[in-house]
Amino acid sequence: MARKSHVQTTINGETVEFLCEPRQSLLEVLRDELHLTGAKEGCNNGNCGACSVILDGRLVNSCLVLGAEIDGKSVETIEGLAEPDKLHPIQDAFLENAALQCGICTPGFIMSAKALLDKNPNPTEHEVRYWLAGNLCRCTGYDKIVRAVLDAAAAT
Amino acid sequence: MQAFEYIDAKTVSEAVALLDDKGEKARILAGGTDLIVQAREGRRTLDWMIDIKSIPEVNALDYDSETGLTLGAAVPCYRIYDDDAICNAYPGLVDATKIIGGTAIQGRAGVGGNLCNASPAADCIPPLIVLNAICVIAGPNGLSEISVEEFCTGPGQTALAKGEMLVSLKLPAPQQNSSSYYLRFIPRNEMDIAVVGAGASVTLDEAKERIVSARIALGAVAPTPLFAEEASALLSDREISDDAIDEAAQAAQAIARPISDMRGTSEQRTHLVGVLTRRALNGAIQRVKDTA
Amino acid sequence: MSEKKEYKVIGTRPIRHDGVDKVTGRAIYGADFQITGLLHGRVLRSPHAHARIVSIDTSRAEAHPGVKGIVTAEDLPAAEDKMADLGEGAVSLKYLCDNILASDKALYKGHAIAAVAATSPHIAEEACELIDVEYEVLPPVLEVRQAMEPDAPILHENLRTSSLGETGDKPSNVASHFQHKKGDIDKGFDEADIIIDREFVTGTVHQGYIEPHNATALYNPDGQLTVWCSTQGAFTVREQLAEILQYPISKIKVVPLEIGGGFGGKINVYVKPLAALLAKKTGKPVKVLMNRADVFEGTGPTPASFITIKMGATNDGKITAAQTSLVFEAGAYPGSPVGAGAMCVFAPYNIENVVIDGYDVVVNKPKTAPYRAPGATNAAFGTETVVDELAEKLNIDPLEIRLMNGAKEGDRRADGPVYPRIGFIETLEAAKEHPHYASPNGKKYHGRGIASGFWFNIGLESSVTINVNPDGTVNLVEGSTDIGGTRASIAMQAAEVLGIPAESVNPTVVDTNSIGYTAVTGGSRTTYATGYAAYEAAQDVVQQMKARAAKLWDVEEDNVQFADGEFSSINGKEEQISFRDLSARLGETGGPVIGRATMNPAGAGGAFATHVVDVEVDVDTGKVEILRYTATQDAGKAIHPSYVEGQIQGGVVQGIGWALNEEYIYNDEGEMTNASFLDYRMPTCLDLPMIDAIIVEVPNPGHPYGVRGVGEVPIVPPPAAIANAIYDAVGIRMTELPMSPDRLLKAMGKI
Repeated sequence: MARKSHVQTTINGETVEFLCEPRQSLLEVLRDELHLTGAKEGCNNGNCGACSVILDGRLVNSCLVLGAEIDGKSVETIEGLAEPDKLHPIQDAFLENAALQCGICTPGFIMSAKALLDKNPNPTEHEVRYWLAGNLCRCTGYDKIVRAVLDAAAAT
Repeated sequence: MQAFEYIDAKTVSEAVALLDDKGEKARILAGGTDLIVQAREGRRTLDWMIDIKSIPEVNALDYDSETGLTLGAAVPCYRIYDDDAICNAYPGLVDATKIIGGTAIQGRAGVGGNLCNASPAADCIPPLIVLNAICVIAGPNGLSEISVEEFCTGPGQTALAKGEMLVSLKLPAPQQNSSSYYLRFIPRNEMDIAVVGAGASVTLDEAKERIVSARIALGAVAPTPLFAEEASALLSDREISDDAIDEAAQAAQAIARPISDMRGTSEQRTHLVGVLTRRALNGAIQRVKDTA
Repeated sequence: MSEKKEYKVIGTRPIRHDGVDKVTGRAIYGADFQITGLLHGRVLRSPHAHARIVSIDTSRAEAHPGVKGIVTAEDLPAAEDKMADLGEGAVSLKYLCDNILASDKALYKGHAIAAVAATSPHIAEEACELIDVEYEVLPPVLEVRQAMEPDAPILHENLRTSSLGETGDKPSNVASHFQHKKGDIDKGFDEADIIIDREFVTGTVHQGYIEPHNATALYNPDGQLTVWCSTQGAFTVREQLAEILQYPISKIKVVPLEIGGGFGGKINVYVKPLAALLAKKTGKPVKVLMNRADVFEGTGPTPASFITIKMGATNDGKITAAQTSLVFEAGAYPGSPVGAGAMCVFAPYNIENVVIDGYDVVVNKPKTAPYRAPGATNAAFGTETVVDELAEKLNIDPLEIRLMNGAKEGDRRADGPVYPRIGFIETLEAAKEHPHYASPNGKKYHGRGIASGFWFNIGLESSVTINVNPDGTVNLVEGSTDIGGTRASIAMQAAEVLGIPAESVNPTVVDTNSIGYTAVTGGSRTTYATGYAAYEAAQDVVQQMKARAAKLWDVEEDNVQFADGEFSSINGKEEQISFRDLSARLGETGGPVIGRATMNPAGAGGAFATHVVDVEVDVDTGKVEILRYTATQDAGKAIHPSYVEGQIQGGVVQGIGWALNEEYIYNDEGEMTNASFLDYRMPTCLDLPMIDAIIVEVPNPGHPYGVRGVGEVPIVPPPAAIANAIYDAVGIRMTELPMSPDRLLKAMGKI
C-alpha cells in the first residue's frame, strides 16, 4: 500500500483536511472518509454523472478525480447547496416538477444543472439537454428534469 | 484499484526525470478521464501517477492570428471551446472538444491527453491531423517536435520514448478562406465512442468556388487515426462539386481497414467513412462560405 | 364506484414526502449505510461463460494483509434439490443457491465463485485476484434456437423438459413448454382473407437502474442476522435469505434503505446472502457493493427471445385467428418471464381463435430477471408489428383496426381470465383525438408509427398501520419500498379518507420486524394494493374515532358520521368535531388510535396503453431520431398525476432504448463485450424529445378510488411503435431488436 497523502481543501466553503491513499478517488474520499454520501457511484467510469461535483467552479465526475488531486482546491457538493432554511431554486424546481423518481441520479443532475445555470442563466431546451447528456436517469425519461432546469432558470 | 504513488510535479524537468527514472510503470496524469479508468479496471498497470497540472507550460493556451496556437498538453476541453478566437480559428478541433464525453468529462479531459491515450477512435486526433498540428515533446535530451500523424503508433501506443512527455501542441495560424470540421458517427447523440470519425480542413479560393487544398483524416478505422493523403490530394485545385467530394470519399474508404467490435461492424465502418468524409468536407466548405 | 367523484387530495400534485431528503443528498441509499467496524466485500466472478470448476484455492488470498474472510459455495448449507417457496412462486433451491455461488459449474461470465471480506474495498479486490480457480472450459451456448438443437452444449445434466404435462427422458436446455388455446385455430385461419406470418428476434436487455446492488450484513453472536440493503421488497429478501442460508425467518431482519431504481431487477438477491455469509464468517458487519460491470454480468437482465406471430384477418379488418410461439431465454437457470409474455401477447384484442406456445430455454447468460412488464415488450414487438402490417395490407388506419378488434369488458383472454371494465378502447380514442395524430406526417424519411400494449398488474399482500397524532396528523407505516414516489401516492389515499391534507400524513417505510408482510414493489401493485391497504387502515381510524366521538357526546356510535374531515352527530344532538380536534382528545377517550389493514386484493385490473411516435431515419447512417412521442394510458384513477406521467415517460424512454440501441453484445467465447454504461447505450436526454403523457381514467372496479397500476405497461408499445414508424419512413419492416444503425443499414441494403 502506498503511503497516504495529507490533503487540505475547501468543501462547501469549509476547510477540510483528510488522509487518503493515492488510489482513492474524490468520490471515495467524499463518501468513505468525509461521509458526504450525496454524490453516488453509478458506474465509476464517468458515464453516468451520479457523482457530479463542482471542482474549482467546473463540473467534474468525482469518480475520475483522485482525492490527492484536490489539495488546495475548492469542491462544491450537493450537501452545500441548500441554505439552512431554504432550498436552492434548482432543488425547489426538482420537487415542484416531480423531476425525480428513485432519486439516485438527482444529486448529480442538480449539481450539473447548477454548473450550467452558473454559466448560462437562460439556456434553451437543447442547451439543457446537451449539458445534461452526461447524467443518466433511468426513471423519468428526462422530461420533467429538463422542465425543472428550465423552470429554475426562469425563476432566478 | 491497484496501488500506486501520486506525485504532483512542478516542472517539466521534474516530470521528465521521474519518467526517465520510473520507466513504463509511470504514467502522466492530466485530465485522468482515461488513465484513472484504465488503472481502476486493470487495463494499465502502473506504480506512479505523475500529475502535470501544476506545470505552467502544459496549461498554456495562447492564440495569435500570425503565429497560431500553442495548446498545453493538460488544457481541458472547456478552456478551448470557451475561447471565441480559438472557436473561429480552429472550428474542427472545437467540434471534437465539445463531443468528448459529457460536460463533466470536458471539465477535465483535454486534447493532449486524448492524443497520448492514442485510441484509434480518439476524437481530437483527426482534427489535429487536418490542422497540421505539431507535437512538442520534452525528454531527457530536451525538446523535440514531430508531426501529429507520426505520434500514434498503435492502439494505446505512441512515439514517446522512455522519459518523454508531451508538453504542448502547436497549430499553425489558419490561412485565408480556410476552415475545418470534425464529426463522428455514434448511435446515441452524446456519450459514445466514435464508430467512425472524420475530420476535414479546406482552403478555398477567393471566390470560394474552388478548393485550393484539403486535408482529410479518419478515426476508428485502423490501429491509429489515419491521414487520408490520397483522398486529400484529389481535392487539390478542384472546383467544389459533389463529384469531387465523392471521389475523395471513395479514396478515403479505400484506406480504411476497420475491425468489427461491439461498437460497429467493419462493413458499417467502411460505409460510414464515405458518408462522414462527405459530410466533413461539406461542413468545412460551408464554414468558409459562411464566413464573411 | 365508477361515477365521477370530487376528491380533495386525490388527483392533486403535492410535493412528495421524501422529496427534500432526495434533493439535498441526505436520503440514505443502500451503499450510503455506515456502521462501526465495517468490512468491505468483493466478489470473484467467472471469466468463462461455461466451465466446470475443478478446484478453488483461497490460501494466497487468505494470507493477503487485511483479508478477514473468504466464502465459496462450500460455505452455503448443502442445497438439496428441493423447491423453495418464495411467495411469488416456487424455485429449485439448488438453482437458487448455485446462482449465488457456483458449486460445480460456472454457467455464465460473471457467475459468482467466491467472496472476500477485507478492511478496504481495494484490498478485497486485490485478494480476489489471489484466489486460484482451476476451470475446465466448456463450449457455451448463447442463443435459444441453438440451445434447442439436439447437439447443443447442455447446461444442466439433470434438466428434463417439462412439456404439456409430460417430462422428457434426456437432458435438454428446454426447461418447459406450455400452451394456451382458445377456439379453433384452423377454422380461424380458414375464415381469414389475409394471413401474415413473421419471425422476430429480440436482444438481451438490462433494467439499467443507476444504483448498483448492495448489502450490509451484521451477524450477532445471539444469532440475529440484520441486512441493510436497497431492494424492491424487504420481505422477499428475508424469504430468499432464509431459504439460501437455511436460517429461521424469525432471526432475520431486513432493513430496506432508499433504492436507486429496480424495474424488476432488485427482487432477486445476489450480494445479500454473500454479505450475510461473510458477516457470519468474520463476526463483523460486511458491506458488499457491486460495480457496474458486476451489475451487467452478475445480475439478471431480461431475456432475449425468438418469436413467431401468425395472424389472420378478413378483408373488413376482423382478426379471426392468432398463433404464436414464444421462445424465451431463461439465462443460466430455468425461469424466464415467458409465462407473463404469453398472458400479454394477444391481450389487447378480442380474437376467437388463438394458440400460444411458450418455451423456457436455458443459455449461458445470467439468470434472467423481471424487467418492467416482463415478457410483454418482447411479445408486443411481434404482435403489434403484425397488426400494423395487417392494417397496411387491408388499407385500414392502424388505430381503426385496433378499435375494431380491441378487447372490452366481458371478453376472454386466451389464457383464461375474463376482462372486467378495462380502458383499452379509451386509450385508442385518446390517441386518435390527440393533435399529434392529426399533425402532418409527409416529409421524406419521416415516419409515424403506433402500437398498443397490455400488462395485467398484480395485487398481492400489503400491510399498513396508521397512528393518529394529537395535532391531527397521522404517521403511516408501510412495508412497500418507495422507488418512484409511492410514499406520496399511498399517503394521499389515506389523507383522502381522513379529510386531511397530504402533508398531514407522514409515511415511513419500515423493516421486516416493524410491519406486516408486504410483497415487492413490483407488478405495478404498490399504489394499487398498498394504497388500498392505506385506504382501509384510514377507514379503520375513522371507525375507531367515531367511537371516540360517540363517547364524547354520549351517543350511539351509529349516530356519528364522518365527512370532509368532520365528525358530527346525527339523530337529534347537534355535535360536531374536526378530525384534528378529536385527535387531541384520544387520551381522554380511551387511548391512542392505530388503524390497521392487511390486504391481498384480487382486482388489480389490467392496464392498456397506446403510443404514437414520429421518427426520422438518416438513410446514410441508419440512425433513427425520435421526433415526437405521445403515450396514452388508462391509469384507472391517477392519484398523483405528476408521478403517473413520470411512470409513463420513464417507461417510454426505456422502451425507446430497447428499440434502438440496448442489447448485451457477446463474443464467440460468450463474454459480454459491452458491460458498461459507455457501450450499453441507454438513452441520454439529448436523444429524446419531451414525452407527452396522456392519462385516461377508466376506474378499476377492484379499487375504492379506481386505481390501476401504471408503472409497467408504458414500456410495452415503444419498440413496435418505432418499428412501425421506421416502416412508414423507409418502407423496411424491422424484425430484430435493437433496431440499431448497423442493422437498419443492412436492412436498407446499404451495407
